[in-house]
Amino acid sequence: MSDLHTLSVAELVDGLHNKNFSSAELTEHYLRRIEKLDGKVNSFITVDADNARAAAKLADQQRAAGDTRALLGVPMAHKDIFCTEGVLTTCGSKMLHNFVSPYDATIVKNIRDAGFINLGKLNMDEFAMGSDNKSSYYGAVHNPWDLDHVPGGSSGGSAAATAAGFAPVTTGSDTGGSIRQPASFCGLTGMKPTYGRVSRFGMIAYASSLDQAGTLGRSAEDCAYLLHPMAGHDSRDATSIDRAVPDYVQVLADAKNNAGDKPFAGLKIGVAKEYFGEGLDSEVDTHVRAALKKYEELGATIVEVNITNPKVTLATYYMLAPAEASSNLSRFDGVRFGYRCEDPKNLTDLYTRSRSEGFGPEVQRRILMGTYALSAGYFDAYYTKAQKVRRVILEDFEKAFKECDLIASPTAPTAAYKLGETLDPVSMYLGDVYTIAVNLAGLPAISMPAGFTEAGLPVGLQLIGNHWNDDKLLTTAHLYQQHTDHHTKLSAIAQESI
Amino acid sequence: MTFIAENTGPIRKELLVDGYEVVIGIEIHCQLNTDSKIFSSSPTDFGHEANTQANIVDLGLPGVLPVLNEGLIERALKFGLGVNAELGLYNTFDRKNYFYPDLPKGYQITQMANPIVGKGYIDVVVNEGSKNEYSKRIGITRGHLEEDAGKSVHDAVEGMTGVDLNRAGTPLIEIVSEPDMRSASEAVAYIKAIHQLVTWIGISDAIMAEGSFRCDCNVSVRKPGDELGTRTELKNLNSFRNIERAINSEIERQIDVIEDGGKVIQATLLYDPETDKTRAMRTKEDANDYRYFPDPDLLPVQISQETVDAVRAAMPELPVERRARFEAELGLSEYDARIITGSRELADYFEAVLAIIGTEHAKTAANWMMGELMGALNKDEKTINDTPISIEQLAGLIKRINDNTLSGKLAKQVFAAMYEGEGGDGADAADKIIEAKGLKQETDTGAIKAMVEDVIAKNATMVEEYKGGKEKAFNGLVGQVMKASRGKANPQQVNEILKELLG
Repeated sequence: MSDLHTLSVAELVDGLHNKNFSSAELTEHYLRRIEKLDGKVNSFITVDADNARAAAKLADQQRAAGDTRALLGVPMAHKDIFCTEGVLTTCGSKMLHNFVSPYDATIVKNIRDAGFINLGKLNMDEFAMGSDNKSSYYGAVHNPWDLDHVPGGSSGGSAAATAAGFAPVTTGSDTGGSIRQPASFCGLTGMKPTYGRVSRFGMIAYASSLDQAGTLGRSAEDCAYLLHPMAGHDSRDATSIDRAVPDYVQVLADAKNNAGDKPFAGLKIGVAKEYFGEGLDSEVDTHVRAALKKYEELGATIVEVNITNPKVTLATYYMLAPAEASSNLSRFDGVRFGYRCEDPKNLTDLYTRSRSEGFGPEVQRRILMGTYALSAGYFDAYYTKAQKVRRVILEDFEKAFKECDLIASPTAPTAAYKLGETLDPVSMYLGDVYTIAVNLAGLPAISMPAGFTEAGLPVGLQLIGNHWNDDKLLTTAHLYQQHTDHHTKLSAIAQESI
Repeated sequence: MTFIAENTGPIRKELLVDGYEVVIGIEIHCQLNTDSKIFSSSPTDFGHEANTQANIVDLGLPGVLPVLNEGLIERALKFGLGVNAELGLYNTFDRKNYFYPDLPKGYQITQMANPIVGKGYIDVVVNEGSKNEYSKRIGITRGHLEEDAGKSVHDAVEGMTGVDLNRAGTPLIEIVSEPDMRSASEAVAYIKAIHQLVTWIGISDAIMAEGSFRCDCNVSVRKPGDELGTRTELKNLNSFRNIERAINSEIERQIDVIEDGGKVIQATLLYDPETDKTRAMRTKEDANDYRYFPDPDLLPVQISQETVDAVRAAMPELPVERRARFEAELGLSEYDARIITGSRELADYFEAVLAIIGTEHAKTAANWMMGELMGALNKDEKTINDTPISIEQLAGLIKRINDNTLSGKLAKQVFAAMYEGEGGDGADAADKIIEAKGLKQETDTGAIKAMVEDVIAKNATMVEEYKGGKEKAFNGLVGQVMKASRGKANPQQVNEILKELLG
């Protein structure tokens, strides 16, 4: 069967259950696709083929022996930011080119325990710092819809692999839009959960107070399958919250069953003019408005809300995230693991050269910005002030959620841009303008396909929920996807058979 | 740490050194005795092979996160209550950023903005036990929780420096004093008082030689009435004796510098006990910008009033309070009360003995503990924790003194035998020894009278001397009776009967 990679996770679950195909066949199909086609995309840093084959074989045996885990034997792949025991874990950096993790991230273990097969580790912007996956030490990733274009970032490898049909679902991490923006660029559904919903233990930290692991899939339902085992309290992460995890897949099934002609009757969607202003590409604007029209047709009401000026939000983010990063990345010093420079003359030389040679320019830029923001004499003016603004951003969202259930916006101001286009850092940062407020406020948000540009590139719609409304976001996307077909379109690479 | 307040008491002229007033503030890093580390589950015990007590969290591997060991909250609160401090119920943790090979994460997690212990004080006795003894109140600025760093090992690998991360993540409370001390003796008195407190309330083993109780002393000098002088920080002080010597040596050095027209340079100094000299480790110019900021991996910890109340209710009586009670309620002298409250174990032992023999015998019990028991333990370099004589055994011995079975002298013989393990492990050890050695005191008046008459008959010369006014002869006669009874006659009765018969 050559089109296994076009099946949804629900179809894979059924197919495995009904013995239409085995996990070994399914896994082999994905591994062969990666082998044949990833040369064009460069989405994987490590393909863990041997372990994947062994795990698939074991899954088939377990199923035959009566193991009833629905997801047993379904392949997936991890962003290379998640520590995976015995497997190279690079975070897209030369600094960790030789780091084989001695332990599993909590989500890696949870996902494996649910029955998933890990195919390998996915390319990403170095230390998750970037929006086009060009900062990876392992090379740029190509957008499967048009190989001349970027896949977005930092979870660019995750998005490209999913869109290319190299894995049905993938994990990502989102600090300022790093799941949603690549999902938008690659025509996927990308879910960034509420801060504290998913354990951060074993996810290499960029900005601890903003980082959150999530999922990329072709549909909201695919995301729900992967998110369910990931979510939940972890005693090893003090910021993870002990709160019951809904069965997201069941929630979606129930919502679909209960939906009439107007599934969104009573739903109030907030729209902020700040998200439809200067800098927004007209094609993106058109498709996002069309999607909102569809929601209205299906019963939703659109209301106007106010949110914090995105320029203020952007400045706040680029003060706080680098500040935390400058400290989080101090452990990469060439002493205990990772890259160490040749023949250090003394301790200072060891630190200076290991870090100068091991980190790429974008990472160094953010370490320098963050170090500056935390320095004596600047701390109050920058860091403390940014923290105050952060509280205002949260309060503005709280006010907005008194007026509406969800807030809608474009995910990114543009569709995927060309790989050759060199953006200066500030222009690249501006690409995060619609996604970063969510991280600063710890809110859940989802990006889903809302149409295509004339050039055939996907456009994403973002929905932002109040804290712990992860299930509501998935439902709202899922029901939309019952009435639209943007998410069913296949990228050029996904259409290539092997 | 910057010292903000200053003790403004009257100046003790006798403490001035060549006309200079000495100002000392002290930072103590005291290891808290939880089984596991402050942010990881690794064990904290001392003395293992390098890097065997460090897990992925302690090693600062990519992706790991800290989780606070809650047992530390209770211990730190106990300390706060012990120094009469304002408690910090809203706790946050900050990162202190700097690079060093023994600091795996490139930052130390500490409490900068919201420490668990705020302003407090402790009353100390300076020059304790000597003629110029006096008491003084020393201010505590704050106490905060933090993780220890690992150790750089400079001699294990030829030409290289090794790193041992066993100690990394060991829980500490850093106790910062006000600059209230005016001499090395006051500094030592303060450190001893804190040391006694933390061991007394059971939050630390506080073994200086193992580094679980480390003192850094900030020393400066000035002419009385002047602004604070430039301070230096003395490190590597691992015994009370070295602390006193190092401070005095540094005071002398600073005064020499000033008298020679120079200026004291702010610096961190290491004390070398071999040469009795300090040498510079780093100067202010090398100072790091630590870029403190709240650790985003740890949420603020709000301590409830219930927790505080529970800790308060479980607080043991503190040394100062217990000493006062021993004086007021048990009639011990100030000196005796101080010795008996030298450690919590000693005081507990004492009270347990009294629970058996009755508090009216407090003085007798104190004398036996301070005299025979501590004497024997000291000789063997043991503490009350290793005593071979149990509470019940000492009580059993004192009972036999109280009921006149034993004289003081006989009791000492019984004690010595008991200390060597004779008489068995039971509470009746004294009785068994008395029985076995036939040491029961003779208290039968008739029997004593017969012995006395015999001695008078045989020592006519001494009797004559006594009657002629030579008081000493009386003691000689008593001695003869005691000798005749092989030490077992009750000395008081011998005295009385002898007086009676000599008329």
